Amino acid sequence: MGLFSSILKLSRRRSPWVYVLNAGSCNGCDIEIGSLLSPRYDMEQIGALRQGSPKHADILLITGPLTLRSADAVRSIYAQIPEPKAVVAVGSCPATGNVFAGSPTVEDGVLHVVPVDVFVPGCPPRPQAILAGVQEAAHLLAEGKTGRWHKEKHHE
Amino acid sequence: MSNGLIQGLAAYFLWPGLLAGALLGWLYLWLSRALIARMQRRFGPPFYQPFFDFVKLLGKRSMVPAGTAPLLYYGLPLAAVISITLALAVMPLPGGLNASFTGDLILVLYLMEMPAFCDILAGFASRSIYGQVGSSREAALILGYSLPFIAAVSALAIQADSFRMVDVLALPFGPVHVLAAAAFILAVPARLKSNPFSIPNAEQEIVAGPHVEYNGPALALFELAHGLEFVAVGALFSVLFIPRLPSAGLNLVLYLAAGLLLVLITSVLAAATARLQIHRAFRFYWTWGALAALGCVVLAALL
Repeated sequence: MGLFSSILKLSRRRSPWVYVLNAGSCNGCDIEIGSLLSPRYDMEQIGALRQGSPKHADILLITGPLTLRSADAVRSIYAQIPEPKAVVAVGSCPATGNVFAGSPTVEDGVLHVVPVDVFVPGCPPRPQAILAGVQEAAHLLAEGKTGRWHKEKHHE
Repeated sequence: MSNGLIQGLAAYFLWPGLLAGALLGWLYLWLSRALIARMQRRFGPPFYQPFFDFVKLLGKRSMVPAGTAPLLYYGLPLAAVISITLALAVMPLPGGLNASFTGDLILVLYLMEMPAFCDILAGFASRSIYGQVGSSREAALILGYSLPFIAAVSALAIQADSFRMVDVLALPFGPVHVLAAAAFILAVPARLKSNPFSIPNAEQEIVAGPHVEYNGPALALFELAHGLEFVAVGALFSVLFIPRLPSAGLNLVLYLAAGLLLVLITSVLAAATARLQIHRAFRFYWTWGALAALGCVVLAALL
């Protein structure tokens, strides 16, 4: 049992499959995520694969300020990822709302909707930073320390 | 326990069955990913990657989609793994079970078809619209690639005048082998669902095809079945087309080389091509595949 759990821990660290979710982003961050698959950044070296189905994923990459309309979709996609799972908030928008902060149509930060594990700041962040974020989320998955930041906000 | 039973179990679980098949399958899957990465000027995953993917999926909590019977959900990938392993265990490979019987070639063909059938059923059982699209595409693709595949096997069976794999192995190498091998290789990329024929599992296009609702251990079993399918296709190729030498060690090397050759061919093809539409793939197999099929069967009947 001890052997299997240590191999499992290693596997979770070495095989982070990601699902990218655009929650109202301007596409800037999505372009930077796209370049992770290119020869220059080659995400597959750390075992990461981009999956088309949230049910195959371990890590959810969220971009965009989380518009109110997309909040339910984000909750649904998050619920569809099987445990254990981690969330990486890519860019300044999902962290704070960025320039859209205070707008009546956005959620000022993704942590009001789903638990977040890693914030990657930047507008947009550089691909290296996103890759480091994925790597850190994979470490958190292996340690079983996911769901760090969550602050459910209720609207009247 | 009798000696035969122990030998049978060893062939099923160790060599050339589950254990060796899984290890070889992971090696082939890694090699394919690494070769494609190199051709795209990337480095690609480290070589233990398919193993880690498998263990990680085993350790995930599983969700059965609403409206799907759990028995069906877990039974289908299990059936795929069990039958493809049996196909490997039955084949007369170096160091394997030497228990050939009349019609074992037909049994192997049937068992090798099972993972594809399980895929199709899984897609329909998952009640996802993407799964159903993927399943119907896979069903259509089977009709296409089966033509050259079955014809290649039949041509050799006609020449050997027997459906026993040992008799087919004993055939002297001739022109029928060359044509039949060409027909066989024509069918391999579609069998393994690699790139120009990655139509059923078309990632991003129809999400993930028949496996879209599959997650955790059930998905791990499907991935394992895919790796074993790689090995089984290579094994069948070595049984049908590679002449046996007197030395067991050399035969072993040839068995591995046959698998590596198929990995190389499918990877180069996958890196060089884009996905075809289903009707184009079907037309390809019912023209060129049919020509190859006809050629090898007629040649076998004449010679």
